[in-house]
Amino acid sequence: MATIQVTHLVQGYATTTVLNDINLETNPGDIVALIGPSGAGKTTLIKTIMGMLRPKSGRVSVFDQAMPNRALLAHIGFMAQTDALYTDLTGRENLNFFGAMQGASRLALQAQLAHAAAVVALTPDIDRRVSTYSGGMKRRLSLAIALLNDPPLLILDEPTVGIDPELRRQIWTELHTMASAGKTILLTTHVMEDAEEATQLLMIREGAAIAQGSPTVLRAAYHVQSIEEVFLAAGRQQDAHISHV
Amino acid sequence: MRILAMFNRIVREMLRDKRTLGLMFGAPLLILTLIFFLFQNNQTNKATLAVQGIDAPLQQAMKSNHLTLKTVAENSKATHVIRQQNSDGVLRQSGTKLTLTLANTDEGKSAMIVAALKQAQVKLKMQAASTTIKAQQKALMQMQAALKRAVPKPASVAATSYTLKTHYLYSSADGTYFDTVLPIMMGFVVFLFVFLISGIALLRERTAGTLSRLLATPIKRSEVIIGYLLGYGVFGLIQTVLVVLFAINVFQLQVLGNVANVLLLNLALALVALTMGLFVSTFAASEFQMMQFIPIIAIPQIFFSGLIPVANMPNWLQIIAHVMPLYYGANGISNVIKKGSTLTQIGPNVLILLLFALIFLGANLLTMRRYRQV
Repeated sequence: MATIQVTHLVQGYATTTVLNDINLETNPGDIVALIGPSGAGKTTLIKTIMGMLRPKSGRVSVFDQAMPNRALLAHIGFMAQTDALYTDLTGRENLNFFGAMQGASRLALQAQLAHAAAVVALTPDIDRRVSTYSGGMKRRLSLAIALLNDPPLLILDEPTVGIDPELRRQIWTELHTMASAGKTILLTTHVMEDAEEATQLLMIREGAAIAQGSPTVLRAAYHVQSIEEVFLAAGRQQDAHISHV
Repeated sequence: MRILAMFNRIVREMLRDKRTLGLMFGAPLLILTLIFFLFQNNQTNKATLAVQGIDAPLQQAMKSNHLTLKTVAENSKATHVIRQQNSDGVLRQSGTKLTLTLANTDEGKSAMIVAALKQAQVKLKMQAASTTIKAQQKALMQMQAALKRAVPKPASVAATSYTLKTHYLYSSADGTYFDTVLPIMMGFVVFLFVFLISGIALLRERTAGTLSRLLATPIKRSEVIIGYLLGYGVFGLIQTVLVVLFAINVFQLQVLGNVANVLLLNLALALVALTMGLFVSTFAASEFQMMQFIPIIAIPQIFFSGLIPVANMPNWLQIIAHVMPLYYGANGISNVIKKGSTLTQIGPNVLILLLFALIFLGANLLTMRRYRQV
């Protein structure tokens, strides 16, 4: 069973096209990284997968059910690009609130809350108001919210922005553990080190998928040493193709 | 469950925001107190009139507590006197001709001077008439004395003398303008503050991204709106009760009808303000833009709330009045307080207000589609 299945997706607002013919299939255990410059359409793709936007054409399904589907959102742990937190509340109150929104029972929430806070190293600060948090702490709290309720699918929009290298390491360890437990993780990133950690890459540039596959396969195909070089080479190819047409 | 969590969160956030809490509960009382002092006295105008060569009896007749007369030199120009000496008018006499020049910066004062002048003329004529009557009476009495010897005294015809006693159906003789203004302002302050605070709160959710984050959970759009209605509804309720109790206990407001009906109308009004605030905030990108809706949406409501009698307005303005929620709210509140209207009499007002709330509620659900289409 594919966790996410995107086929021939075209997405856009009114007359503009943001995404053109995107295909993606993820399976349990996959860590998929969407990479591409800002404005490439990564967030739009995530919003469409989550069913916040209806596809213009093509098909998006999650757990073999067509999106948009409101009830399915209970099984997706989501971390938005901007830290959407209630700053007058404490970290714990934020976790409790979003946990309740996801439909977790009060009892189950208590255990998960402690675990999620520990993963992002927020346990000592969990009862402080979010307005006193640093940028990195807010990012971590957002991630902890996504981890609540132990969802089979995690969708993380720029999860590592503002997080120091040590904690980044720790988070990746956790994400790998979750993936090996059969969860699917989809994330967007600018950071090439994050891309190296993924099992599958989807490079998006100007709304089109310019390269797709596992990091090892892509490096071999473009005869380069790093993901960054793959991205640059694929970009050049796209430009050449456009000018050729 | 989700609605409850929404409610809890809103109440908790609000309780932590001491300043907003203070604004919501303190500001309406402050405004009403100011209105109380401003409209307390049936204040009477005082005017100063400069006189030039006016006969002493006329001057004497015009003088009153409200009008001060000031004699100025006969050759000074009226405009000069008004400008330089701060008079409200100049009255000049040449022969039997009177010329009145009014500053007319305050129509009330002008009207008062004209009235005083007319009254004085009437008074003088009456005096003249009574002098004539007295002289005639004297002559009559002499004639009567002569007649008495000839014929018996006729039965005297007594003129009826009327005494007047005024009864007031609503309010009393010492009722001030404040009694008219208070019920209206009560409705208005509740409307304004609930409108602003709920609108800005939802706006903050939009701009902070928490609204779209919230809609990335399985919550229904209706649950978000209902959570908001309940959360802010509680504060609207407390505010309403506070305002009504304050008016009754501090201003000694006499409620002829049932206080519960005043509360009911105020609550219905708060509900409209709440749904309207949530809806309008969709069209604002910032708190500043939200404030811009005050002169467009909140202020015009005052004009149609009954401060200016709606029945005297031209037809097209009356039509506008009938699409203003405050018109129904303030009208109903005034009627309960001053005329003792019963629940059946204010029922239509409450129903119309609920209809307004329902329309805005539906509009809210639609506009929330922008964030999530299911």
